[in-house]
Amino acid sequence: MATEIKPNTGTWTVKSGLAQMLKGGVIMDVVTPDQAKIAEDAGAVAVMALERVPSDIRADGGVARMSDPQMISEIIEAVTIPVMAKARIGHFVEAQILEALGTDYIDESEVLTPADENNHIHKHNFSVPFVCGARDLGEALRRIGEGAAMIRTKGEAGSGNIVEAVRHARKVLGQISHIKGMESDELMATARDLKAPYELVKGIHQTGALPVVNFAAGGISTPADAALMMQIGVDGVFVGSGIFKSETPHIMANAIVKATTHYKDPEMLASVSKGLGASMPGIDVRTLPESEQFATRGW
Amino acid sequence: MAPIGVLAIQGDFLEHINMLDSIGIESVEVRLPEQLENIDGLIIPGGESTTIVQLIDIYGMRQPLLEKARKGLAVWGTCAGMIVIAKHLKDKRPDPLGLMDIEVSRNAFGRQIDSFETDLDINGIDGPPMHAVFIRAPLVTKIGNEVEILAEVGQGKPVAVKQNRILATSFHPELTEDPRMHAMFANIAHSIQ
Repeated sequence: MATEIKPNTGTWTVKSGLAQMLKGGVIMDVVTPDQAKIAEDAGAVAVMALERVPSDIRADGGVARMSDPQMISEIIEAVTIPVMAKARIGHFVEAQILEALGTDYIDESEVLTPADENNHIHKHNFSVPFVCGARDLGEALRRIGEGAAMIRTKGEAGSGNIVEAVRHARKVLGQISHIKGMESDELMATARDLKAPYELVKGIHQTGALPVVNFAAGGISTPADAALMMQIGVDGVFVGSGIFKSETPHIMANAIVKATTHYKDPEMLASVSKGLGASMPGIDVRTLPESEQFATRGW
Repeated sequence: MAPIGVLAIQGDFLEHINMLDSIGIESVEVRLPEQLENIDGLIIPGGESTTIVQLIDIYGMRQPLLEKARKGLAVWGTCAGMIVIAKHLKDKRPDPLGLMDIEVSRNAFGRQIDSFETDLDINGIDGPPMHAVFIRAPLVTKIGNEVEILAEVGQGKPVAVKQNRILATSFHPELTEDPRMHAMFANIAHSIQ
């Protein structure tokens, strides 16, 4: 039967639905079309197009902005998997530009220098879906309230240190199970304490889960790190500096993909972890002054 | 009756399992070749087709799956799954399984901002049209003689096709609350070959 389509684009279902398709996968930071192809060949479910990986942004200092649209377009041309790109927190014009380029997902990211210290982007206004970082459930639900169709932990990007991603994932998941076990009459006070929309808190109480897909990000640099985050209970992982700052990126990329699929299989994890060469150098996050921590950007 | 397998290596396999659950059909997650035994059908879910095909090969599932399909295993691919089971692709990759005599174009409706929802009439599904969710969806561009078109958007744009015991849809019934397509597939899978 032929149906004349009355297509309805940019709906919540198609925005949050794309994230559903990425589950169990690895999203990789890339800075050139060649890196994007390496990522695609290694089995990445999407790439994040940016000018500098977080560890270089950290090293360079200064103001970090949306990447050059020319570079993003070249990466879009180079691969068939979805292409994500970062806009500064609150910089809705960068987001408009990324949407116009045909970017498949926008990361409103603390890795870039925030443009607005009070307000995040009103993401419901866009047809393109957004992913946002969160350190706890309240932050995740505020972003979802603004229209984020996917959540990731903030972790501490460019540190090569998994400790913050673990902290944030455990916090969010712990708060979810706490709310699930509550009595209904405790939900309003909880929404007040979390500074989160009441309806979303109520939804968590009913379903025991976030209404969107939840990935880990920020500090994942080995296959074991990826599997750790999956076992803790996230839906998939972002790997930033960990791949193209390692000694053999294509091998590391493929190993992290396999570790993410078979995160519960220690023998598989042992086999993919062999012979990877040096991982990226790491930073002890406790030595970073607060002004140099990306995770504290946004609220 | 054996359960319906759901390929659980990447993508939205849980949504398929939940949908089968909601209509009382037993299902099982399939991650390794030996798990292809003792199932009546296999659903290949939405996800990234390049990733799914690559992982099928890495885990040595291609030959066992082709063999089972030759012996009559019912298979249903949704979105990425349609790409995975096609005979030909308009794109260079991935290298599909070739279970169904169709040519498929990936991302045929455009990028994510062009992803859409619409109501769809489908041959073999009684009652009101089905609500269909298309996310970076593929389109069937050529069909073989044995392939039956179940639904099209506009003229000449097939989005649901069937060949004997193999089914493919460009859209995601598992993202809606309508289990009719899952019931249809379960009927095919549990029917005597």
